Amino acid sequence: MEPLRHIAGVACPIALANVDTDQILPARFLQRPRSEGHGPVLFHDMRFDAAGKPRPEFPLNRPAWTGARILVARRNFGAGSSRESAVYALVDYGVRCVIAPSFGDIFAANAVNNGLLPARVSEAAAEELIAALEHGAEEVAIDLEAQSIRTGNHVVAFEIDPVWRMKLLNGWNDLDLTLSYSRDIAAFVAADARLRPWAPPPPDLPSR
Amino acid sequence: MNRTQGTPSTLFDKLWRSHEVVTREDGATLLWVDRHFVHEGSFHAFDQLKALGAGVARPDLTFGIADHYVPTRARSTGIPDGDIRRMVAGLSANAAAHKIALFGLDDPRQGIVHVVGPEQGLTLPGLLIVCGDSHTSTHGAFGAYAFGIGASEVAHVLMTQTLWQKKPKRMRTRVDGTTGPGIGAKDIALSIIARIGADGAAGHAVEYAGEAVRALSMEGRLTLCNLSIEAGARCGMVAPDEKTIAYLRGRPFAPAGEAFERAAADWLALASDADAAFDREVSLDGADIAPVVTWGVSPEDALPIDGVVPDPARAADPGRAEQIRDALAYMNLAPGQRLTDIRVDRVFIGSCTNSRIEDLRAAAAVLAGRKARVPGMVSPGSSLVKRRAEEEGLDRIFKEAGLEWVESGCSMCVGINGDQVPSGERCASTTNRNFKGRQGPGARTHLMSPAMVAAAAVAGHLVDVRPLIAGRI
Repeated sequence: MEPLRHIAGVACPIALANVDTDQILPARFLQRPRSEGHGPVLFHDMRFDAAGKPRPEFPLNRPAWTGARILVARRNFGAGSSRESAVYALVDYGVRCVIAPSFGDIFAANAVNNGLLPARVSEAAAEELIAALEHGAEEVAIDLEAQSIRTGNHVVAFEIDPVWRMKLLNGWNDLDLTLSYSRDIAAFVAADARLRPWAPPPPDLPSR
Repeated sequence: MNRTQGTPSTLFDKLWRSHEVVTREDGATLLWVDRHFVHEGSFHAFDQLKALGAGVARPDLTFGIADHYVPTRARSTGIPDGDIRRMVAGLSANAAAHKIALFGLDDPRQGIVHVVGPEQGLTLPGLLIVCGDSHTSTHGAFGAYAFGIGASEVAHVLMTQTLWQKKPKRMRTRVDGTTGPGIGAKDIALSIIARIGADGAAGHAVEYAGEAVRALSMEGRLTLCNLSIEAGARCGMVAPDEKTIAYLRGRPFAPAGEAFERAAADWLALASDADAAFDREVSLDGADIAPVVTWGVSPEDALPIDGVVPDPARAADPGRAEQIRDALAYMNLAPGQRLTDIRVDRVFIGSCTNSRIEDLRAAAAVLAGRKARVPGMVSPGSSLVKRRAEEEGLDRIFKEAGLEWVESGCSMCVGINGDQVPSGERCASTTNRNFKGRQGPGARTHLMSPAMVAAAAVAGHLVDVRPLIAGRI
């Protein structure tokens, strides 16, 4: 993963709570291979009508907000399923950060695994940002090291789990890290066989 | 593993500790994974392995189950839709390539992963269980630490049999007292979600406790833990007790003989110590719980059946008002409308939430000798549940009522196998998500218990099931 320190660009308000992963990526696109790119299907049924025409009222379809790198939403963004394709859709569209008062736990973990910053702010701060964006503010600058969000002269702090912050700042990949603990894993397995002999399934699997 | 090491521990503390491989200075912990379930949707992770030229570290702890895309009708003639056929075949190919045991489409044990795991005894107390599906929280009913993961995490588990996690906070949700007749685990769960919100338990591991929880069967506990994710919790759990042990004895993949007795003793010791501390406590009185239905587009939009559709003009804040307005527009409902006046176009009984034998019995008790006024389908949670239901004659009750009795799979809960609610139609459903478009583009979903869905089928509108089962249960 590429290290992530600063994000600056157009921010788009999605002024709804509980924007679930079925809205971010409808289930019928789940079979889409990663190589095909998920940007075109981001928020598909909110962005497009049944005939496939853009819905003019959807924020990302307004010229000022099209191509936004940052989204600001109300509470519980990314609730619902574990589909990582919801994150692929945001990332492939060009979104690098979602700002909201709370996130679905699985969504947030998936986001960090794909270099997308889930920035947690208070409900009041989210409302202020949404209002500012709806009243003409467009550019937002995020500093992950300082955990700050700047709009014009206004700066608010955001929260993120320190482990996730370090992971994003350094562009760390879990797998490389885990492989450096192979000896600890082997030691765990040996000790566990004595402590929990009942944990593994039977060696000769029951057949149908 | 179950020693309290000085300080009193919760069930979750004990589960966490027994899986801890290493904890870094920054608090990230590498956890050992005991069981990993994969399904058709896990293809992204297998693709990642392929790109890296990597293998599966522990195929013996990995199990493949075909459920998300499987057809529920005319299985013997193959899958007509090429895309769906490719998804089911992809899982078989990945399982074969990596020597992973597979419960495939033609296996008599096939079913929904969260039904098959417990049914086969693959799910045991004290285990850490993951799957690329958010409803993996279901398995916590056995006192397991079970949670859904994304594709990158699935790939990590496939390659290392471990996962990095930060320890969540501990929350206890107590349901004390006794629930009334006709009230099921679904009503309890929806009442909790309505109370704390769809993100109310985010960042927490939830333990369900109290008299009404202990009184639930294993099936009921599975429903309760299944819906933990709809309150924002990645995992929910119930401490193992004699019911847990009795359910598991003799299951195909569970330990047998003396090994089982040793295991059972360990499992019973997992319960939270009496004076263990939780970061947060929520408590409900079981006697207050009525049959619950959802009216909106989030599981938190839930109310007792004798309620009315909320009025955005009376909402606590402008944000909530906008949320209600948006939900009512999608659901085509009016503020103040009585919930019992909401007509339905079809019903669905199935999904990892409510498709077990007890769910089917509860629905059949309402439908016996009655006709459904609307079309609908019943999809049992597994092929073994289907067989059992047929032995009990439940299939005849559903068919005589006019409902379709089909094969097992995720089916109309997520609609990706082709079983969908047509756009604009309203469905009374035993599933877990009333999100916009969840059961198909433009579909309107009302979540409720199997008994309540059966009652809606009979009445043609949402209705209190209790008068319909008087004298029947």
